[in-house]
Formats: sequence, C-alpha cells, structure tokens
Amino acid sequence: MATIVSPLPGIFYRKPGPGKPPFANEGDTIEVGQTLGIIEIMKQFTEIQSDVAGTLESFEVNEGDMVNPGDAIVVVREG
Amino acid sequence: MAFDIKNPGLATTVQDQGRRGHYNVGIPQSGSMDQYSAELGNVLVGNTAQEAVLECTYLGPVLTTDTDAVIAVTGAPVEVRINGEARPQWTRLQLNAGDELSFGVIRGGTRYYIAVQGGIDVPEVLGSRSTYSLGAIGGFHGRKLEAGDQVPVGSPLNGGALPDADTVPEEFRPVFEKEQAVRIVLGLYDHRLTDEGLDNLLNGEWKVTPVADRMGLRYSGPGVSWKEREQPFGAGSDPSNIVDAGYAVGSIQIPGGTQPIILHRDAVSGGGYAMVGTVISADMDLVARAAPGTSTRFIAVSLEEALVARKELAERKKNARAALGAHS
Repeated sequence: MATIVSPLPGIFYRKPGPGKPPFANEGDTIEVGQTLGIIEIMKQFTEIQSDVAGTLESFEVNEGDMVNPGDAIVVVREG
Repeated sequence: MAFDIKNPGLATTVQDQGRRGHYNVGIPQSGSMDQYSAELGNVLVGNTAQEAVLECTYLGPVLTTDTDAVIAVTGAPVEVRINGEARPQWTRLQLNAGDELSFGVIRGGTRYYIAVQGGIDVPEVLGSRSTYSLGAIGGFHGRKLEAGDQVPVGSPLNGGALPDADTVPEEFRPVFEKEQAVRIVLGLYDHRLTDEGLDNLLNGEWKVTPVADRMGLRYSGPGVSWKEREQPFGAGSDPSNIVDAGYAVGSIQIPGGTQPIILHRDAVSGGGYAMVGTVISADMDLVARAAPGTSTRFIAVSLEEALVARKELAERKKNARAALGAHS
C-alpha cells in the first residue's frame, strides 16, 4: 500500500469544480502522475498526484476537509 | 550568477526588510513575513540584514545554480535537499555550479527562507527589492517566481567575509508550534465591543483558517458582539463598520463580528472596519509563522510592555549575531 500525502495545508477537493465528476474514485486504476484531488490555499489550487501506479484503495479525507502538510489523502494498492 | 527556477513552488517571492514610507499612499511595506528568520539567514551567508532572500510558502521551489553559491535555509522546519541529499537548516551550505536545491514536506509553520551570499539582486523599487504581488511591483518582475525564471544573485559583500560560526545555535531558533499567544494593544475601537465581545476576544480560543496569506490571516472562534448604535454617516450598516480610516500593520478587524483578520505585511492601508486591537511589532513574526489550524490566544498588553518586547527582540537578534560571530 502506498499513502499519498498532502505537501501543504488547505481545503481538499475531489472534484475540479462544483458539479463536475471527481478526479478519481475508489477502485479506479491509477497511473503515476495522475491527479487524485486538489488542495486550495491562498486562492490557489494545487493538484495532488499519485507517485505510484495501482488501484485506488481509499480516500482518507472527505471533500471540503481541512488538511495539514503530511496528512494522508489517498491510499493506493500498488501494482 | 543566477538561480534557474525549475519548479517555482506555491508562492516563492523575493523579499527584504520591506518598503517603508509609502503606506500613506496605499503601498504596503511588504518584506519577509518572518523577518527574524530571514535576517538570520542573511547573517549566516555574510550578508547585511538588508539583502533580499527568497521567501518560500509551504511548497518550496526546485532550483539550480549556474555558479558556486553559499546559501542558508532558515524559518519553518523542512527537509533541505541538495541533489536529493538531505541537509540541515539554520546552517551555511555550499552549492556548486549545477547543483539542484529542493525541499521536502514542510513540518510546521508557513514559510522558510533561502538566503544567498550577495543577496537576490533584483532592482530596487521605491527603495526595496520586496515583491508586492497585488500591486505588481518589486521583486522579480513584480510577481511570484515561475518555472524558467533566472533569478539574479549579487556578488559577495564585504570581500566575501563569512561569520565565524556556520550554524545558528538552537536557543536562537524560533519555535513553530500549533499553539500561540499573540500580544496585542487594544484600540482604537475596542470600546465598540460589548463586555462579552471583549471577553471573547481576549479569553476565547481562535484558530487560524486556511484564509491566510501575506495580506492577512483570518481566524475562526467564538465571535464577538458589538454595542448597538446608530451608525454614523459614511459608515456601513454593520456595527463592525466605521467611517473609513487608516489601518495599522498588525491591526485586527472583525467584519460582522465573526472572524477576526490580522492585517500583515501586504495589507491594504485603510478601510471601513473597526480595528479592535493591534498585534505588537515583536509578535508580527510569530503571527507570520501561524499555519492553518494554529490555536491562538490574544493577550492584551500595554504600550509600555509592547516597547519592552520590541527591545527584547532587538536584543535577541543582536545576541544571535554575536553567537555567530557575524562581521556584517
């Protein structure tokens, strides 16, 4: 299992915008560099990307939650 | 001599001690948010306190240098990497031509500083190299850094003389904690708060929200209530409104009575919100280090106590310089 952590604080969003589909869902096949969500801080959006390939196991934070640097965002089952 | 920016990070800007003397015409002082950390970085690399540094916010840059360079990284705790290898903070480091500087995940606080011998050599605007992004002046073309930028570095000062010691002793490094006590001087409009409102301000727990940047930091907490009054001509209808007035750097406004905002170094210079207090100058660096979620208490002090705190901070800087054996 690989844990994707947030490198910065902010508000976590799973979708690129209101009413749009999420970047990724549980069970999806994930590639290296794929965007899994975005973090908003200081009116900027930073993409959270996977640094491994595999299957998206779980989201560790909910849409709209506040995250801190180092917090787990997503768990990916590698392979 | 220049730094080549491969990845700019979230909001990396050139900053120095700030652009003083133009707030009356709406141009804020800008400058490094955590002046103490930036200054000690400059001391480590043989600069004066005035040289410009790179201020990195949460996510640092990836950069390479085109010539040898002497650097130091101070401020918020983060892993410093040269060509991928971990190096310490608060220590003078040697970069060789072609070396890559990058950073790990920030472990606390908000901002860390890259000081380089000779300083970041962008042109001065109104007497300062600081970036004021909103006004698009100063720094590197008036903006935060972007990939592909070549950021000029100056020549070593003082014949390249460096301080005797290469590391800031632990006792002189700031702490980056999730709990802060911030000292404020009440006024000018604290009399507009109800007794309960004032009690909430001074005894409540306030948390830094993610809405925090170089202009100001917004806090959430118990809220405050205002005394009823008939709003004067020219003031907005909410009891937190006043007839427009100048704002002090560090002043605290509470729009609607819900979320206090501390104005920081890129703040607007005036407006129509009542300022209930002002953070003392000695604690402005502390506020700058407050990451979202930081639990904060506001402690009312007298102007005399604020001046003593200012002297103590100046003394601490002097002692830190002496401990390093600084010549500049």
